[in-house]
Amino acid sequence: MSNMYLISFGEIALKGENRPFFERILIQRMKQALKGFDNVRIQKTHGRIYCFADGAREDVISRLKKVFGIVAISPAYPCELEMNSIKEAALRAVKEVDYRGKTFKVETRRPNKSFPLKSPDVSREVGAYLLKNLEGLKVDVHHPDIEVDVEIRERGFVYCRRIPGPGGLPLGCNGRAVLLLSGGIDSPVAGYMMMKRGVEIEPVYFHSFPFTSDRAKEKVIELCKILAEYSGNMRLHVVNFTDVLKELGQKGPDELLTILMRRMMVRISQEIAARVGAKALVTGESVGQVASQTMEALSATDEVARMPIFRPVIGFDKVEIMELAKKIGTYDISIEPYADCCTVFVPEHPRTRPELDDVHEAEEKFDIEELVRMGMRDVELVDIKKVV
Amino acid sequence: MREVYLDNSATTKVSDRVAQFMYEVMTEYYGNPSSLHRKGIEAEKLLREARENIARALGVKPREIYFTSGGTESNNLAIKGTAYSMRKQGNHLITTTIEHPSVLEAFRQLEKEGFCVTYLGVDSRGVINIGALQKALRPDTILVSIMYINNEVGSIQPIKEVASCIRRNKNTVFHVDAVQAFGKIPMEIEGIDLLSISGHKIYGPKGTGALFIREKVRITPLFNGGGQEQNIRSGTENMPGIAGLGAAAKEAFENMHSWGKTMKDLKKRLKDRILAEIPDTVLNGPDADEDGSCQDLDAPDEAPHILNVSFLGARGEILLHALESHGIYVSTGSACSSHKEGKSHVLSAMGKSNEEIDGAIRFSLSPFLTIEDIDYTVDVLKKEVEEIRKFVRKQTWR
Repeated sequence: MSNMYLISFGEIALKGENRPFFERILIQRMKQALKGFDNVRIQKTHGRIYCFADGAREDVISRLKKVFGIVAISPAYPCELEMNSIKEAALRAVKEVDYRGKTFKVETRRPNKSFPLKSPDVSREVGAYLLKNLEGLKVDVHHPDIEVDVEIRERGFVYCRRIPGPGGLPLGCNGRAVLLLSGGIDSPVAGYMMMKRGVEIEPVYFHSFPFTSDRAKEKVIELCKILAEYSGNMRLHVVNFTDVLKELGQKGPDELLTILMRRMMVRISQEIAARVGAKALVTGESVGQVASQTMEALSATDEVARMPIFRPVIGFDKVEIMELAKKIGTYDISIEPYADCCTVFVPEHPRTRPELDDVHEAEEKFDIEELVRMGMRDVELVDIKKVV
Repeated sequence: MREVYLDNSATTKVSDRVAQFMYEVMTEYYGNPSSLHRKGIEAEKLLREARENIARALGVKPREIYFTSGGTESNNLAIKGTAYSMRKQGNHLITTTIEHPSVLEAFRQLEKEGFCVTYLGVDSRGVINIGALQKALRPDTILVSIMYINNEVGSIQPIKEVASCIRRNKNTVFHVDAVQAFGKIPMEIEGIDLLSISGHKIYGPKGTGALFIREKVRITPLFNGGGQEQNIRSGTENMPGIAGLGAAAKEAFENMHSWGKTMKDLKKRLKDRILAEIPDTVLNGPDADEDGSCQDLDAPDEAPHILNVSFLGARGEILLHALESHGIYVSTGSACSSHKEGKSHVLSAMGKSNEEIDGAIRFSLSPFLTIEDIDYTVDVLKKEVEEIRKFVRKQTWR
């Protein structure tokens, strides 16, 4: 049987003339998320979206919880515009939650003025009916544990749960960016945060076999699969970085190696961005976390960028990033211990405050354009299919 | 590309004859040995045959062989089974610091349950000291568990001496984890009460193993069920696996001498060339040439199939991946622990430095390799070690 859900969305409602654009993308994303469920129907009315789908409610909700733009999902129970039917729907709604020993109140909204009873009367009658039919339920009109909402519009429905969604803006409404994904804890979180703002993500991973194991690559693919739960299918660009790294390692000064590497990664990522029509880069850098993330090192990286580099976790503590990673579901994969190239090449004393002049001087030894070509020569595309 | 599989202590390729036999068991002799009809009797016959093969290989009675799901289960069954059944006789257990995780973790579990465990250390060659064992033995020692061949460095423990040392303690059961020794070297069974073996280290299937339990020894089963394997290991017998294990054991023991000789020669060439041609390499484990023993194939003190070498300054894991791109497969430490971060507990117990541990590679051989395979490996090693050393930064060894 098809179940009904009331979808609330936050920020989109604030948009002016562009609102239909955002709503259209949101509905499209919801349809994508509910692929595989039968009889999916999504209706848009003023300020809200109704969703209908077959299948277990919890399964549908867990999919919708990953659609950016949704602020809350309420399982709704439709009814006829007639008191007995409204009461029964209310009873079914409350029975779905753990109501024993809890307090409640009924709140009625009646934009459909053709319905004969007034809102307070409907609330009172439904409340009395619930009290009579459910044991262990008490009334508290000020601070109820459960708010039973009755809506009387062109049609009627009742709901009493509000399950939070991820918020943000529907994916794809804010363009596309290339995410530098390392396999660590921070970069998947950074990707998630940009996705939440409606930005489509093209992840790129720098693979340096044999300095990094193929398992490290598999790990990044697994991380992408988690991100794909929110974004739908995506495409991972695996850059074979070994030759570039060796070149840098052989000729570059030890203490500047990390910064030279970061600059090459930015340059190559920009090439990929151009290929896929992305307008920005995203990294998981957080200021001061490691040697390559000091203010000086970050500016040395930015210097080679021709597009903005977004760093959504820049002001976060490691612990805060870890909490987010756990919430998103990437944490357990990120902590699997397959070294990435950064840890292998870390010199004993990396320069934390690189002078731009020194960096320029170090780069004079290289044919930078050739190094970029070297990196772009072997880019493997991995299609990431959403699993659930 | 040439494929040189040098990770036979992690697992081996199943022999064609064994695989063929298992296929027949799966598709033709698929009965349950407990069934009363002909299909059951056919299967029971195969079961008996496999048991006899193992018994013959070890020189023990068939009824002393109990099939399990592999080395890990055999070790758990032996250690926990003994501890639980002999709780009244004593509370003290002895093992070593270089055992396989399936032994060490079983002991850790028993410690949590109130048993007292002594862990014997090893010398720089990875061998325990008999004097230390003598000192550790107490009247309430109910179990001593010592591995035959160490899986990471190939050191052979003085099992015969241990057995005669324990013999004076009437209540002490002696368990040997012989997963790496079974089918590789002639074993001394006298004085051993329990012995674990595994199928997939001897060109048999994964998920198969057995525990030898000497007739007089009583252990508590870990599984309850239909009472198979004389009530010690319930569960319908894994017939294709057991048949495969039996066939593999038969093959391994028929060929033990010639296979042992082949591997020993290959190992010597690999070792000699590496140490002579690649600078800054250190052998981990016993060195037969230095000790002057091991010329006698019947009483060696290093395994014929395991060689562990540290390539200083060339990070084991990077070297492993570099070799893999040339079709050469090795491992760092042991396959079971190299997934986890952290250093090999065996090399640490041998007092190796962090730099030595970090650069350690284990080569484990099979008799199906050729001298050309070994030479190819050394040639690639020479090139790759040099290449990697260029890039690995000087580390502060913590």
